This record gives sequence, structure tokens and C-alpha cells, in this order.
Amino acid sequence: MAENTARTRGNLPPLELYVPEPRYRPGDVVDYSHLPVPPAGQLGRPDENCPASETWPMTTDMIRVLDEDDRAVGPWNPGLDAETLRRMLRTMALTRAFDDRMYRGQRQGKTSFYMKCTGEEAISVAHAHALAHDDMVFPTYRQQGVLISRGYPLVEMVNQIYSNRADKLKGRQLPVMYSARDFGFFTISGNLATQFPQAVGWAMASAIKGDTRIASAFVGEGSSAEGDFHAAMTFAAVYNAPVVLNVVNNQWAISSFSGFAGAERTTFAARAAGYGIAGLRVDGNDALAVYAASQWAADRARANQGPTLIEHFTYRAEGHSTSDDPSAYRSAQEREEWPLGDPIMRLKKHLIVLGEWSEEQQEAMDRELVEQVKVATKEAEKNGVLGHGLHHPFHTMFEDVFEELPWHLEEQAAQAIRERETKWPEWKGEGHD
Amino acid sequence: MTEEDSISLRDAPTRQMNMIEAINDALDIMMARDPDIVILGEDVGYFGGVFRATAGLQKKYGRNRVFDSPINECGIVGAAVGMAAYGLRPVPEIQFADYIYPGLDQLVSEAARMRYRSAGEFTSPITIRSPFGGGIFGGQTHSQSPEALFTHVAGLKTVIPATPHDAKGLLIAAIEDNDPVIFFEPKRIYNGPFDGYYDKPSRTWKGHAGGVVPEGYYKTPLGKARIVCEGSALTVLAYGTMIHVAEAVLAEKGVDAEIIDLRTLVPLDMATVEKSVEKTGKCLVIHEATRTSGFGAELVTLVQERCFYHLEAPVERVTGFDTPYPHSLEWAYFPGPVRIGEAVDRLLKD
Repeated sequence: MAENTARTRGNLPPLELYVPEPRYRPGDVVDYSHLPVPPAGQLGRPDENCPASETWPMTTDMIRVLDEDDRAVGPWNPGLDAETLRRMLRTMALTRAFDDRMYRGQRQGKTSFYMKCTGEEAISVAHAHALAHDDMVFPTYRQQGVLISRGYPLVEMVNQIYSNRADKLKGRQLPVMYSARDFGFFTISGNLATQFPQAVGWAMASAIKGDTRIASAFVGEGSSAEGDFHAAMTFAAVYNAPVVLNVVNNQWAISSFSGFAGAERTTFAARAAGYGIAGLRVDGNDALAVYAASQWAADRARANQGPTLIEHFTYRAEGHSTSDDPSAYRSAQEREEWPLGDPIMRLKKHLIVLGEWSEEQQEAMDRELVEQVKVATKEAEKNGVLGHGLHHPFHTMFEDVFEELPWHLEEQAAQAIRERETKWPEWKGEGHD
Repeated sequence: MTEEDSISLRDAPTRQMNMIEAINDALDIMMARDPDIVILGEDVGYFGGVFRATAGLQKKYGRNRVFDSPINECGIVGAAVGMAAYGLRPVPEIQFADYIYPGLDQLVSEAARMRYRSAGEFTSPITIRSPFGGGIFGGQTHSQSPEALFTHVAGLKTVIPATPHDAKGLLIAAIEDNDPVIFFEPKRIYNGPFDGYYDKPSRTWKGHAGGVVPEGYYKTPLGKARIVCEGSALTVLAYGTMIHVAEAVLAEKGVDAEIIDLRTLVPLDMATVEKSVEKTGKCLVIHEATRTSGFGAELVTLVQERCFYHLEAPVERVTGFDTPYPHSLEWAYFPGPVRIGEAVDRLLKD
């Protein structure tokens, strides 16, 4: 007998499967009135050493510092000096200029792939400014702002994106999957959320050795559904690991809206309560709020008070990647109407209100940043672009699988080099294999 | 083994140990030598592990270095990867190899490729210990031999000892290795060699040469097979429990076999294998794991590719069946003396 025949019983209603559906699809008029945007400055700031439970009301609310008049208000105002604010603004604008240039580079065929973080610049940049420079960040693919904040050379980033002969990762990784140990930037994985338990392990190691450095990990709201997320939360809670666990809720995981990660039932920050750790939900488009929450969590971790889960509530203004067309699955209006605004514009206006910046200065800075990125790009192009021959020598394909090359990889390397003579007889190889 | 190692070994006092004691001894020696070694896993701390491999280590080295973990293999391996990225040398225990699958992505996609993807910026010097194999009435959830899965992954080393002596030496080498190593412990022979005759009384390691274990530090290098006994009639390739079963069967049949304990599947000591097959002209591959796409398929292919003109008969393989390990029919599943004996007869019939 077929098991999939419905069995009705008495007057019981047939069971129904619920499949989430986003509110708006292409062509729909967007109405964000369902989305509560609490006034800035409203939430109290608990002591960093407080019991975790004191933060839980904040996991369903939202920490906001910049108000409607572009002023910094309330107990979460980190009180940053104008110089720091300008540096953060500049880094966010540089991140955006870099993204724009690399996006065009992909369209020009200089690389296979690119991922912008447009609309999310405050999260990586303000977070990086709140950490110590040597704390280890376990990023996902949309935290280029962390590298840029830490002064990683743009030309090295472009070399990686172009997979050219100067790419420090030897052309093995997808573009944007950087690794920069000396800059506290962990190698990026394409397997989602795997970095979450790794960050907890790194933080545990730091605690085991009596170090003072902490770890910070990022994951998208979509991949918070992965088992790794929950493994990380359990380990972080059990060992009171000195780690900050960030969920960037940008509403979209390629074409799947946040409802497919459970967003319709509760917030992502609220998951902290189930594990008994501190949780904060923050306006991700408010650089000051991101800075304040990150600093709070970092201080808490450094004081041996354990992990904090931060949900950065934001919107992915662009497509998932250069391979994605968001107009195929979401309303174009979503981005225009996003009630939390644009993070760069908000920080700019705040500095102008403070009398520390002007539209003219912003325009001049933007021009300068475009030039800075252009110079780095030109410099990197001397080392080649993807598919134009200036890549790493053949033999490097077989290196780093193991510390030492075993016999079977030596044999395969010889085979690859032999094949090259047939496939590309004109190959010059620059004197090496 | 270097000259120096063998000299120090010859002079070292020895002690009779079973395989668990040898593993415990290796962990103890290495933890004393290197403060960056940490052990984590289910029940490994206060209790010392369900097989007692980590007994006494928490008391000796503290809870910072030997600690229990949540029941979450993804977390155990994932945290170990992060610890290794920090600079520690974690030696996690997966309580049974059957439970390694929730940690598989962290092993296969992360630990195995960390060095490659970061071009050496980050490495994963992790040694994952896990009891594997059947013969203890563990049913289909405590008996699997998943070694072939790991040998298929670029960047992982797979090590399987067959004696207490090798368990200690190989484990020390694995822990010192800068690549991730899967160290599978054949739990059927933890307490004594097993000749495949389930209805006869168990033996202990006492009186067996492999149970004589040098005191102190020594390494049994990875990638170097052990010739268990020299012979000329055929070459037997095996590892773990099956070494002892093969030895018993071939001795009983009076066959002059050369038995090779591979010790490490990756890296594989193909030179020793080739030399032996060229001498004997016949080759039998034995493993307990399921047959299809098992490591035996790789061994048979390598022998065929590299020794074809020396072969006098088709290479044979004896394996477990392509079913899960059945609890009540364990001894019907096990590749024991009958199955091995038939294969030997086929190989030697001409």
C-alpha cells in the first residue's frame, strides 16, 4: 500500500505545509510599514559584564544611534572623535569605489566573478574599527571592508581577484576569497558557515594559551540555517569562548529571502537566548550603532564574559554576485525604499551636521578614491588578468596539497607539464614550470 | 626511521602494552613534549574516553588541554581547525568512526584544503583519532571502516596501525606531521591480535612481538610499509585487524606469503608493494570495509598499472560485503579465514 495516500480521520482538518514567500516580487509596490524601525537612542546600554539575559530584550528590538536628523543620540552613542568618523567614512567609500571598479572589471572579462557589499559597508568597516588590529576575523565573502580597514594593499586584493601571477593564493581560490593572516583575516571558504565553529575554536585556543586576542566571525542570515552555525553557538556557549558571532541579515540569500532561514518566526539575534549567550540586534546601516555593538561585544569577550551574537539588520542593495540578476526575483523598489537608508550617506550627513565635513569634501574624496582604486588596478593588471597566461607556474598546482610532495603528486605534476607541450606548444613559461 | 631513531630504539627499555596503552603512552609523551597539543572529544576528559585511550591525561595536563566536548562532531572538528589556525596541535577523538560524518565537511572541505587554499598561510596540523572496524558486536552503527572516503580527499593522510608498537610510533609521527591525519584505530585488536576465528578464545598482546613497545619517544614514519613476513608465493596487502587474520590463515595453509602491512594508505608506500609483487608475481588485497570503491580497488589498480608484466594471476581482493555491518550476522559479514582461504586457493591453483 502506498504510504503517501492521505489518511483522513474523523473531523480532523487536513494538514498543510507552509512554504514561506517574500512579501514582494518583481513589479510589486513595496510597503515597509510592517517593519518596525525604532527611534534612535531608545535602548539602554547594559554593562559589558552583565548577565547574558539582560541583553535579550535587545535581540528583538534594534540598537540605533543616528537619528532622523543625522545626530548621534542615546546611551549607545560611542562618542567617536571626528577624525575616527572621517576615517570610517573614507574606508566605507573606498570599499564602495573598489566594488564598483571590480564589478566593471568582471564585466570587461578581467575576472570570472565578483561580489559587491553595497549597502553593507558600515558592518565590516565599523566592526573592524571596534576590534583590535590583531584580533582574528573569520569573514564570509562580503567583508572586504575589514581588509580595507586594516590597510591591506588594494593591489594584492586585485591580484587575487584576477588570479594572476602575483596572486598570493596562486590562482587557486575564487575571486574575493582572500586570505591575509598577517592582517587577522582568515582564509575564506565557499562552504557556508564553516568558519563559525572555526572562529570559536580559534577563540578557545586563545583562551587556552592565556592570550588577549579574540576572534570575530561573520555569517549571512541564510547560512545561519547550516548545522555549523548551531555547532558554533553550542561550543561558544559551553566554553564561554571569547568570540563575537555576527549574522549579517541582508534579507536575501541569492534568491531566497530570510524567511527560509526562519526569519518569520523570530529574529536572528534572538537565537542567542536559546544558547544562553548575549545577543544584540543592530541597525546595520548605522555605522555608529555597529561600532558600539561591536565594541561592547569585544570588550565583553576580552573581559572573559564570553560570546555575543550580533545581528546586523541591513539590505543587500546589489545582486548576490556578478552571476546573479536580482530583478528576476525581487521588487526593484525594495532597495529604493529601504527604511534604514544608505550607510555611507548617513555617516556623511552626520559628519556634516557636526560641522566636520561638507558635500564638497565628500565629492573631492570620492574622486580621489576612484583614482586610488584605478592606480591599484592598473598596477595589478601588469601581473595579468584571468585567462591571459600570466598565472602561476604549473607545478604550483601540486604544491600545498601536503607539506611535502608525495610520489603520486610528483608523477601527476610531470604529466601536467608534459601535456602542456601538446596543448600550448607556444608556451614560454617564463623559464619555469 | 632514521639511523639515530633506530639506535635510540635499540637501547630503549621496552614494556608489554596493548594497543590502548600504547596510544595513551604516545599521547602522554607528546603532551609532555609540546604544550600546544590539546585533546578534545566526547568523554575524553575526566572519564578518559569510552575505550580509555585518554585515561589520566586530564589529571596530568589539566582541563585546559584535555577536555570533554559536546556531542557534535562538526563542532569538534570545526573547533580543531580553528585551534590549529591559531597555532595549536589538536588531537580530537571521534568516539566511533561511524560518527565522523557530521564532521565530514569540516574535514574534507576545510582541514584537508586549508594549506592549499591559503597557499600555506593557514595549516591544519590535526590528528583525528577514531576507533573503526567491526568484530565487537557493534551493529551497523559501531563497526564501519570508512577509510576509503578519506583516501579520496586530496590533502588528508590516512593512518591505520596493526600493532601496539606501530600504534605508538605512528601516532607520534601523525601528531608531529603538519598535515591533517586521520588515525583509525582497529578496535578489534585493541586488546589482542585477532586471527579471524571468532569461536576461539581471544589472545592478548602478551607474547606478540608487536606488543613489545619501547619506552619513551620514537617515530614510525608515515608512508613506510612494514613487511610482516617475507615470502615468495604471493604478496598480501592489508592493514589493521586484517594483518593478523591474514597471518593466521596463511600460516595454517602453509603458504610462503609475503605479508605487507601498509600502515598508511595516504601516503602509500608503493615502492615496497611493487618490489614485493615483482618478486612473487601474485597479489591478494584484503580489507574489512565494503567492497565497491573500497581502498582495495585502488590497490588492485595500482598493482595492475605498475606490475602487470610481473603478474602470474589476476590480482584478488577479499573484503567485507556491500551491506551495512549486521549485528546478529557479524561473523557472516567479516572477511575471515574461509573467504581469504578461497582467494588464496584461486591465486595459487596454477
